[in-house]
Amino acid sequence: MTDLLAVSGLRAGYAGTTVLDGVDLTVPAGAVVALLGRNGVGKTTFVHTVMGMLRPYSGSIRLDGRELAGAAAHAVARAGVAIVPQGRRVFAPLTVEENLRIAAGRRRRGPWTVDRVYELMPRLAERRANRGDQLSGGEQQMLAIGRALLRNPRLLLLDEPSDGLAPAVVGQIAEVLERLRGDGISALLVEQDLRLAFRLADEVAVMRKGRIAHRGPTAEFRSDRDRARALLGVG
Amino acid sequence: MTMLQTSAPAPTGTVRGPRPARRGAVIATAVGVLLVAAPLVLGAYPVSMMTRMLAFAVLVLSVDLLTGVTGMPTLGQAAYFGVGAYTAALVGVHVTSDGAVQAAAALAAGLVAAAATGWVAVRARGIVFLMLTLAIGESVHQLADTWSAVGGSNGLAGMPPISVFGAALPAAGFVYWWVLAVAALVFAAVALVARSPYGRTLRGIRDNEARMRALGYRPALARFGVYCLAGAVAGVGGALWAAQARFVSPGDLGFEVAALALLSVVIGGSGSLWGPCLGAALVLLVRDSLSAYVGGHGALVLGVVFVAVVFLMPRGLAGLARSRRKEVRS
Repeated sequence: MTDLLAVSGLRAGYAGTTVLDGVDLTVPAGAVVALLGRNGVGKTTFVHTVMGMLRPYSGSIRLDGRELAGAAAHAVARAGVAIVPQGRRVFAPLTVEENLRIAAGRRRRGPWTVDRVYELMPRLAERRANRGDQLSGGEQQMLAIGRALLRNPRLLLLDEPSDGLAPAVVGQIAEVLERLRGDGISALLVEQDLRLAFRLADEVAVMRKGRIAHRGPTAEFRSDRDRARALLGVG
Repeated sequence: MTMLQTSAPAPTGTVRGPRPARRGAVIATAVGVLLVAAPLVLGAYPVSMMTRMLAFAVLVLSVDLLTGVTGMPTLGQAAYFGVGAYTAALVGVHVTSDGAVQAAAALAAGLVAAAATGWVAVRARGIVFLMLTLAIGESVHQLADTWSAVGGSNGLAGMPPISVFGAALPAAGFVYWWVLAVAALVFAAVALVARSPYGRTLRGIRDNEARMRALGYRPALARFGVYCLAGAVAGVGGALWAAQARFVSPGDLGFEVAALALLSVVIGGSGSLWGPCLGAALVLLVRDSLSAYVGGHGALVLGVVFVAVVFLMPRGLAGLARSRRKEVRS
């Protein structure tokens, strides 16, 4: 498999501090890679840097061979990267329909349309006239996913889609993401919820102190509980 | 009421049902008929007062387009309003009395002035943007106050009565109808823009600019675009103001005008477009008419109104209509 996303030697941080201290990570085309790690190790910083929302100090971010390090967020978005941000960040005063239409406004050519998003997540169709802040957490998450899909991305960045959701709702979100994986989407999934990560990811990467400390197939990582405990501090 | 509310889940997909929409159309039609009929029943002074309200409402509309729709609170629109007013007056004095030509010239002048100054201002956000627009407003005011070619602090007088499509307008009522027609046209145009995909982009920028960038938009371009558009709208408002007053002075584009325009937006309910127009009428009414009955302390009354609005109806006059609609629904 060729690598869709290839990050090497990425260093980034905020106002003089270094959060990412030389991250090397690849996402093969058509694969879902889970990025795990404890709080504060730099997972979200990594996602923001890839998206162009944070300018890296040094290092390379290549999407299908094209250098994106240092590019502005809108340019990264137009190159084919879409983000489902942590905390959803839907447009609260706009309706579901308007949220999706905004995303569709700058969409790349591809299979995803507003109607197809409604087809994938019928709950959104029922709520299409409701405002973003009238939705439940799970519905907001679906909206954030739909918004990202409408960009027809080559690479989807999912930043903790389970964040703050009840287990049953996480299950619904997992079903949606599983269908997307079945369609062959390429994604980087940042997660704290190991069950969700294991269910969706082909490969697992663990971040520690701003670097990738482990990388391997999901099944292998799952079977070695001692290593998981050592890397993540969980059982 | 409580029982009804707890009987949720509310029916989805019917937030904008046919009934409120139809009621809105009925109210809009009624208001339109009243506005058109006003000169037939009112005297010359109230009609000239209403003409000024309409012209000021166009300025306020441009402020709402920036402040309410796009989330860019501004004190600079009075400058473009003034540029439009001076342009219309100069065209009136030196070129033609045709109101449409004057309005078109004012539109172009407002657009160009906004483009020339806005590319700096739109790079800033929030309070810095507000201060930059204030600086633009004060600079233009200073220019009008000192530049002898436009009359300096004496203002620009001698503008002949406007004509429309070659016909002179014999009475105040006809100027009013002209101003009403142009203001209605501008309102419709701004409302269309606000509902268009571009308007959606603007509201997206207001709510979360970073998110818009991640969706592939370039907010800087959209912000500059709407700033130019608002400048053009304010310019037309200035032409309408000049058409009624036939005299333009630096006071027409000073800080007070900018502040009152922003105040009108807050009182009316920012982002709704029609609410701020109502606010504009209220503000001018208090300043110019009621003020005489309270010993010239109109500004004091406005201050009290402002405080009352902030505490009692945080979404302004437009918010009252919205909360009523919600009650009807649930």
